[in-house]
Amino acid sequence: MKSRIPVVLLACGSFNPITNMHLRLFEVARDHLHQTGVYQVIAGIISPVNDKYGKKDLTAAQHRVAMAQLALQTSDWIRVDPWESEQAQWMETVKVLRHHHSELLRSLPQTEGPGDKPVSPAPAAVPELKLLCGADVLKTFQIPGLWRDAHVQEIVEKFGLVCVGRAGHDPEEYILKSPILRKYQHNIHLAREPVQNDISATYVRRALGQGQSVKYLLPDSVITYIKDHKLYTNDSPSTGNSTPRNKDKTS
Amino acid sequence: MENSEKTEVVLLACGSFNPITNMHLRLFELAKDYMNGTGKYRVIKGIISPVGDAYKKKGLIPAHHRVIMAELATKNSKWVEVDTWESLQDEWVETAKVLRHHQEKLEASNSGNQQDSPSLERSGRKRKWTEQREDFSQKKPPQPKMKGMPEVKLLCGADFLESFGIPNLWKSEDIAQIVGGYGLICITRAGNDARKFIYESDVLWKHRSNIHLVNEWITNDISSTKIRRALRRGQSIRYLVPDLVQEYIEKHNLYSSESEDRNAGVILAPLERNTAEAKS
Repeated sequence: MKSRIPVVLLACGSFNPITNMHLRLFEVARDHLHQTGVYQVIAGIISPVNDKYGKKDLTAAQHRVAMAQLALQTSDWIRVDPWESEQAQWMETVKVLRHHHSELLRSLPQTEGPGDKPVSPAPAAVPELKLLCGADVLKTFQIPGLWRDAHVQEIVEKFGLVCVGRAGHDPEEYILKSPILRKYQHNIHLAREPVQNDISATYVRRALGQGQSVKYLLPDSVITYIKDHKLYTNDSPSTGNSTPRNKDKTS
Repeated sequence: MENSEKTEVVLLACGSFNPITNMHLRLFELAKDYMNGTGKYRVIKGIISPVGDAYKKKGLIPAHHRVIMAELATKNSKWVEVDTWESLQDEWVETAKVLRHHQEKLEASNSGNQQDSPSLERSGRKRKWTEQREDFSQKKPPQPKMKGMPEVKLLCGADFLESFGIPNLWKSEDIAQIVGGYGLICITRAGNDARKFIYESDVLWKHRSNIHLVNEWITNDISSTKIRRALRRGQSIRYLVPDLVQEYIEKHNLYSSESEDRNAGVILAPLERNTAEAKS
């Protein structure tokens, strides 16, 4: 039997805060890839964005990372990686992918070749790193100036995309509209979420600001953390709130 | 309004809970925030009452499991609990009767404590499976509401409200009792459709002040049917149901094509009872 290609899923985003919907993305994507018969998902990585991204109401990365860690305590295959959030500057998604890909290669068992020189592992055993995202992110590829064409190409050509459907979005249409995405559509996997579960973090923040319950939308441990640290209250200071929007995102 | 002037409310949710999901649990949270937010009410307790096996719905697994899953799901809740009375009855119990049972129970325990409101502590599941019987031969008239007494209200989704329109599923006097005597809190995405439904029904319109429509801004489509389907197809249900529920389902292998075939071809208890009574 032909062995499956190992895959690691990487999700970039604000995770402000992490919700059950974010966690579902991983589950749905894994099921989808497994059902193709071609892939075996071996790990998932959540990479919260750097504070310097400048998005409105973005809570400090330290908190966003901590909350994601709490949320993933009970997961045996998904973990948080704070590398992106710890960098001095905001960085493009493709750079995060490159970093994690080289980390992946470095962590593989090296086989010794003749003369005791380490030889790189056989190609079939090298896991593929794929970007996991919701359909809303796929749509943002169209926004002028938000993504560099060369980066989009590298993402879909070199790595691959797993895109989970979301209400109000038509990912197939987004692919058809973009020449780059069309060219590499074989490397874009569209997973359908059969259970519509549109928990937006924006809604969660608003509910928290109004003193309303968010129980069962995010893990209990994350809710406790939010309350303990008084995050997302109407008067809590948040990084990026008073600074002007960062214009040169693509630099 | 002073706390003492507010009407105390107990939210009662009836249903299959086959299995319980995060959506069911959200209903309670949304309802509590809404009712407390009006300034007129104070929600003191939430009750999940899984339906008995005699309901004969297709795919309904034994109440024993459904109760345990609901208990696991509410383990970390300070105010929502599971009640097994309905599920322990030999015959299917109309919702109006379940409401009456809980209202009377509330009044009985309240009369015992003069000024104190019912304890917020959750009672553990003390009843054993083989105990608990109730005599249904007597039909009691609706009780007048006692002043200062907590009120039981039915918590539901929009599909429940619209099920009032299904022929022979409900007795008209029961609908009148539920909305007139107790009250409904209906969580819905499509508020306009629900309002239209109320407008087009004389009995619902009459008691519209007792029907609270609460908006659900998040599309939360976690239906038990979809959960069971995902399980049959080997798909993950993590983060759609509480972790403990997912583990329990997996451990006991509760849902399969076989379990989905239970009661296939069997007529639903309320349909059977109401058509039989109509004929007699």
